Amino acid sequence: MEYSKKVLDHFMNPRNMGEIEDATATGTVGNPICGDIMKMYLKIEDNVIVDAKFKTFGCGSAIATSSMATELIIGKTTDEALVLTNRAVADALDGLPPVKMHCSVLAEQAVKKALYDYYQREGLMTPERKEMFKILEEDES
Amino acid sequence: MNDQLEQRLKEAENMPRVYFDHAATTAPHPEVLDVVTRMLNHVFGNPSSFYKEGHKASYMLEDARSKIASLLDVRSDEIFFTSCGTESDNWALKGMALSSASKGRHIITSKIEHHAVLHTAEALEKQGYDVTYLDVDRFGLINPDDVEKAIRQDTILVSIMTANNEIGTVEPIREIGSVCRKHGLPFHSDGVQALGAIPIRPRELNCDMMSFSGHKLYAPKGVGILYKRKGLRLANFMDGGAQEHGRRGGTENVAYAAGFAKALELAYEALESEAKRQMRLRDRLIDGIIQRVPHTKLNGHPTKRLPNNVNVSFEFIEGESILLLLDALGFSCSSGSACTSSSLDPSHVLLAIGMPPEVAHGSLRVTLGRSSTDEEVDRFLEVIPLVVERLRVMSPLWEDYQQGRLASLIPEEGGKDVTILGGYGLS
Repeated sequence: MEYSKKVLDHFMNPRNMGEIEDATATGTVGNPICGDIMKMYLKIEDNVIVDAKFKTFGCGSAIATSSMATELIIGKTTDEALVLTNRAVADALDGLPPVKMHCSVLAEQAVKKALYDYYQREGLMTPERKEMFKILEEDES
Repeated sequence: MNDQLEQRLKEAENMPRVYFDHAATTAPHPEVLDVVTRMLNHVFGNPSSFYKEGHKASYMLEDARSKIASLLDVRSDEIFFTSCGTESDNWALKGMALSSASKGRHIITSKIEHHAVLHTAEALEKQGYDVTYLDVDRFGLINPDDVEKAIRQDTILVSIMTANNEIGTVEPIREIGSVCRKHGLPFHSDGVQALGAIPIRPRELNCDMMSFSGHKLYAPKGVGILYKRKGLRLANFMDGGAQEHGRRGGTENVAYAAGFAKALELAYEALESEAKRQMRLRDRLIDGIIQRVPHTKLNGHPTKRLPNNVNVSFEFIEGESILLLLDALGFSCSSGSACTSSSLDPSHVLLAIGMPPEVAHGSLRVTLGRSSTDEEVDRFLEVIPLVVERLRVMSPLWEDYQQGRLASLIPEEGGKDVTILGGYGLS
């Protein structure tokens, strides 16, 4: 099993790693027992994600997918970020080994969990948006 | 801290790599390579052939067998060449299951065996055999009394490894063997990880069968041995021609058998001095890591362990990412994390010694060899705190711990004998 150059780059030089102290929303997914936890911090202004940071306990691809996910959502509106798929994260990294695809799922879930938190708190949850959060019910491992 | 790591990463590009995974495999020793290539060049005959080339090959094969037998202090006709340690394990278990099926269908082994034994035992379960997987204590030791208690009327075989490949714990094989003798039970031990590292004489260890592999002691991959006590009935695993006294078909790999003999000879010549040398490096690593990295514990027994094995758990981080950073820094190591296997479960050995999965994911195995030096140990001890720190800074668990939301499972000062109770209780 070998990682793509991009995965290794994002693992060795993670983008947007850290915390946002005054985050608008946060989302934590995963489980230490399964060996990966991702925590996503979002700073949202006028429905635009102006900043995103992550912290991840996990393998190389878990760290790389979190890093890539933050890059893909910064500057997007929350509704644009809501359609981010795990496949898009994996593709942006030039692919992941099949056994590591669940890491990209985790990255998608972390973003969605933070957005769920945001929509709920701001009273912005609509039936259409709620539909997008089905992945959070999936098995996280 | 991060700057130091970046500096180290840059330096590593121009430094020789450090191979710290000798339990996975070893590079063939030059003298072994020499024997193997000479044999391939000059002794191509089939040992079964009735002419000069064949006689020559047969002579060289028997020469290798008798050298190995004499080093192991057994008879030549008790040594059988196989293709690998896994084949030897399969043969011992499945062969005994087949030849003793009329006597019974119960086998005793342990929870920390190599997959070559564990998965073979599971395959036998599917065929209607009953297997007891013995528990181990927190150091990975099997209690001979537990073996005795597990023996039933229908037990046909006990198989317990000589030393564990992951945590390096050396089992009380002689005592377990003597329990088996007392009950008239055949005893097999997977000695793959132990051969070449500690003195092995199957008779002294009360073993009826032992499995070995060439590539763990500087011979090439593709050759193994099964020691089988003369007189012990064992069905064939590989049927075929009359090779290996009709017990293991397939044209013999004469060159590799000769290579194995040479490797064993070299290993036994230097056994005591290498064990002493590697043990000193091992203990420098263990003490150095625990001292430099907070929340770190040793896995396996502090003293009853292979001279070359270091296995530690770093709390709050995951093993594969440790390996990736170490690889970039020039070190080849291994981990019991789930992410380095294709399953989602961490090492069965770490779970068997009572480690919660959340800590088992953060394990690192360093295994030394003949090429290992003090300089390599120094270099490793300089970078390991930087690697752990880098990953902890990224870890939400570390954040939770530092902000008082999570209690640590390994105390800050760490140690060689730390009992972990429970897990984080998160989900």
